[in-house]
Amino acid sequence: MLGPFDYVLVLLGLLAEAYVVVRLCLSENFLRYFSLNIYMLGVVGVTIGQDFALLKFGVSSPVYAYVYYYTDALLTIALFFVIMSFYQQVFHQMGVGRYVRWASVFLLSATALFSYLVVRRMPTHHLTSRFVVEMSQNLYFVGVVLTYLLWGAVVKLRETRTRLIQLVLALGIFFSSDAACYALRNLFPGLEANFLKWVPPLAGTFLPLAWAYTFTKIPEDARLETARVALPRMAAHQHS
Amino acid sequence: MIAALICVISVVLFLQFFISYSRSIIAAYRMSELSEQVREVVGIEGQEVNSDQFGRLVQLVRLCPQKGDDRTDLKVVGVYYWMMGILRSAARLLAPRVTSWAERERAGCAYFVAVALDRRIAYSRDLLAQQMSDR
Repeated sequence: MLGPFDYVLVLLGLLAEAYVVVRLCLSENFLRYFSLNIYMLGVVGVTIGQDFALLKFGVSSPVYAYVYYYTDALLTIALFFVIMSFYQQVFHQMGVGRYVRWASVFLLSATALFSYLVVRRMPTHHLTSRFVVEMSQNLYFVGVVLTYLLWGAVVKLRETRTRLIQLVLALGIFFSSDAACYALRNLFPGLEANFLKWVPPLAGTFLPLAWAYTFTKIPEDARLETARVALPRMAAHQHS
Repeated sequence: MIAALICVISVVLFLQFFISYSRSIIAAYRMSELSEQVREVVGIEGQEVNSDQFGRLVQLVRLCPQKGDDRTDLKVVGVYYWMMGILRSAARLLAPRVTSWAERERAGCAYFVAVALDRRIAYSRDLLAQQMSDR
């Protein structure tokens, strides 16, 4: 059974997602951030679908668990396309968009295959339910790695667009917290009931809120030196 | 084994992303100069703010009417200040360079709150002037 705090988080997330899409439409930036808008609309649809499954089948039903994990995995894959759009913005002048697209397709396929191979070796678990948890952990981790590489490129190429910097960093926070959470669930299943169950909803609410904040407060032409933002060691690499 | 590796790497990268995100918010405020009035109220000399004044500045900010656009920033920077406090204490014996870096970051957080206070005072003054002119 969900508590009032869960509903507040869901509502906040939904409002922020809808706000981002409306704001980008009004500022005629819908196509510029096309993948991001599609992802936001997807999250709204999935949240409504998950809540419907929750009300109809209950939180402990296998149907709800399947709906939750599979739609979550689909959204994570949709988020990969957002990362790729950020890559394309960063590497726009270098003309390497085609390679970025191929690399992302390869990474996605490799992640799914790796998860399947790991789960196939575990005969005690039900293949599909175990597969989706394993794949979520791996997908989030691939997301962390991709975002970190993107952040490295932003620092190295001295990207100064404040909006892009904040969008990428918020994405990094989201992916890394969820990847750590899924990994901890695999390591210590007992932590789920008290602590870990809060991480995905909090991260899921943080991301649209942070993006709504960025699109509201940071103008498109705002600039920021990455050396002011990156950790001292990364900033030193930038200057070398 | 794989889960443990993913967990460690993710936590480390989470900290790095969070630190950079907080610094991106603080950096925008770093460009603003403090007014004479705020420096007098808080007792600041020059443009540098002592990190220990963070708590007092937050209390003063809470006393001012909200402009409504800095609440989220203040929360994020509050968490960052707290994290840097822990890092400073933890690194005191092992890594003095990290300690001084964490101290500079805390001072940056305090400066951020001083600028927020400055903006809120200016906002209150405008509100008061508007009310006076309405009468």
